[in-house]
Amino acid sequence: MNTLINTSPVTLFEKIWAQHRIAELGDDTALLHIDRVFLHERTGSVALDALRNDGRSVRNPELVFCTMDHIVDTFPGRGDATRMPGGDAFIRSTRDSAYRAGIRLFDITDPRQGIVHVVSPEQGIALPGATVVCPDSHTCTQGALGALAWGIGSSEAEHALATQTLRVKKPRTMQVTFDGTLGAGVTAKDLMLHLIAAHTAAGGSGYMLEFNGAAVRALDIEARLTLCNLAVEFSAFSGIIAPDDKVFEYVSGRPFAPQGLHWDQALDQWRSLWSDEGASFDRTLCVNAGDIAPMVTWGNSPQHGVAVNGVVPDPAKAGDASQRQSMMRALAYMDLTPGQRLAELSIDAAFIGSCTNARLSDLRLAAGILKGRRVAPGVKAICVPGSSQVKRDAEAEGLDRVFREAGFEWRESGCSMCFYAGGESFGYRERVVSTTNRNFESRQGPETRSHLASPATVAASAVMGRITDPRMLSGN
Amino acid sequence: MDCFIVHSGVAAPLMKANIDTDAIIPSREMKRVSKVGLADGLFAGWRYTVQGGREPDPAFVLNLAQYKGTSILLAGINFGCGSSREHAVWALREYGIRAIVAAGFGTIFMNNCVRNGILPVVLEEADIQALADHSSEDPQQRQITIDLQVQRLYAADGRMFAFEIPANDREMLLEGLDPIALTLKRQQEIDAFQQRDKTLRPWIYLRPES
Repeated sequence: MNTLINTSPVTLFEKIWAQHRIAELGDDTALLHIDRVFLHERTGSVALDALRNDGRSVRNPELVFCTMDHIVDTFPGRGDATRMPGGDAFIRSTRDSAYRAGIRLFDITDPRQGIVHVVSPEQGIALPGATVVCPDSHTCTQGALGALAWGIGSSEAEHALATQTLRVKKPRTMQVTFDGTLGAGVTAKDLMLHLIAAHTAAGGSGYMLEFNGAAVRALDIEARLTLCNLAVEFSAFSGIIAPDDKVFEYVSGRPFAPQGLHWDQALDQWRSLWSDEGASFDRTLCVNAGDIAPMVTWGNSPQHGVAVNGVVPDPAKAGDASQRQSMMRALAYMDLTPGQRLAELSIDAAFIGSCTNARLSDLRLAAGILKGRRVAPGVKAICVPGSSQVKRDAEAEGLDRVFREAGFEWRESGCSMCFYAGGESFGYRERVVSTTNRNFESRQGPETRSHLASPATVAASAVMGRITDPRMLSGN
Repeated sequence: MDCFIVHSGVAAPLMKANIDTDAIIPSREMKRVSKVGLADGLFAGWRYTVQGGREPDPAFVLNLAQYKGTSILLAGINFGCGSSREHAVWALREYGIRAIVAAGFGTIFMNNCVRNGILPVVLEEADIQALADHSSEDPQQRQITIDLQVQRLYAADGRMFAFEIPANDREMLLEGLDPIALTLKRQQEIDAFQQRDKTLRPWIYLRPES
């Protein structure tokens, strides 16, 4: 707790870093305590098995959690079988390894099952001021609660399991301020797609981001999770938001959150989790949220974003040769020409799901547009709730009926068609508007053309059968 | 873990910006609960003529005769961005890649490289392009040499490029160290930290599932 007696102002990140530092390893690298490790079935059993084969054990199994999301099927009535060849082996082997290691597993039929970054906040596993790691790049999502949460590889997961620590090189710090007020139809997703388009997909490389400003304060917790989710698409180490009363209210009463006397103690400490006035950041970016329109991506990098009512950009105006080449390749892949209006593009499919945008508020937003409307003929539309809990909550308020009546498939929870999870993908060269986070070549299917957007934009596009500004369709 | 001290090899250019780990190994190619058997899936979307197929696409750089035996990749900015899948690094290593020279790396990917004996070298994009232009005239003869001890990269014509790498990563690669074994030697420090921390943040230390 050195930070509390330190008189020079420090950032939120530095406070959490100092509290978890066990030893200095030189060259700005520290051995940090890891409070929570989360695994999933794609890398979970690989890491647990490798550890066991090396004659090592899990140091603190009570601090390790595992869910089934990356390979599991999302069809109603699912079991261990998936369309992915060999997929069931990942599921069974993870179940066996988790059982053997004594870690908590949210198995396929467990009511707590879902996408790791939806489940962790939902169950009170990620907490303000805690360190959370998972062999998944979108672990940064959980920074929305004021946790220091970041994605790691399998080898580092083994390290965290065996020692409950990680050797971490301290990233630089960047303050990202979204001032002003969000316009109608504009969401946290749009803020981040705008930021990444303006500063490139590598713009946050080597930095720990802290998001603040009036527009961030005004976001509810689920929208903040979306904001932090996309920190990794900016190539940041992670993102964090100082926890406030909204966070404390969100965390309170969740299954693994502190209770009773521990809650009071925790709250007392969490109230000091902010960047001191005058704390210095290595870099500062400031954006007026009021200037941002609903965004959609046109290319194969999250930086290829434009306003949904805008046009495909011209590579001739690119900053340098390498960006120009990457744009030209993306134009060819996406079958687009410079100057073409995005809103003219007809779509084959619409997908609402993933750790980015499949929480209850996302589904409500989409359902508000879908209510009383139908998906355009020929458009395949799928909704995959972010967790089994989100699915039950949505069904309790009748959202499943809205989706079904509009012509959407209503699925079980999992990562699904964000990336071929469950062995499912969209068709050859199909054009998809998607609430997911990556528009990489062939990520959602063979030469599939993915356009990233908010749940509102995806719902509006599904109805119109082409990319559509959600402000054109008011919610019913 | 394999050491990396000094290495000479054929260098292949993949100068596109933001090459993501989905491109390095697509999800559909991660078929087994294993760290091995992944080299076949390396760059599968670009390397083969059809998705899921195994007929080499003659246009892809690693399929060209002059790049046979490639062990060094030359790349643009932000190589290995995206998914944290370490399968990307396992596939590269199994294919025979020992070093990647790029204008920047995804953070998780870079950590994964170091833990699997692949050296990530960061140089200016213009220098990498110059290296690619030079070696591509005769890749088998114009090999690149990288000496981690002195942190220098040499083109076949003798041009030298100095590079930086975090000291701990350098040591890990030079000596082939196992970071878990190193950390386990600090067991007592970790015990002491947790004991102290339990009084400060008792809510972090959950009870085992009954």
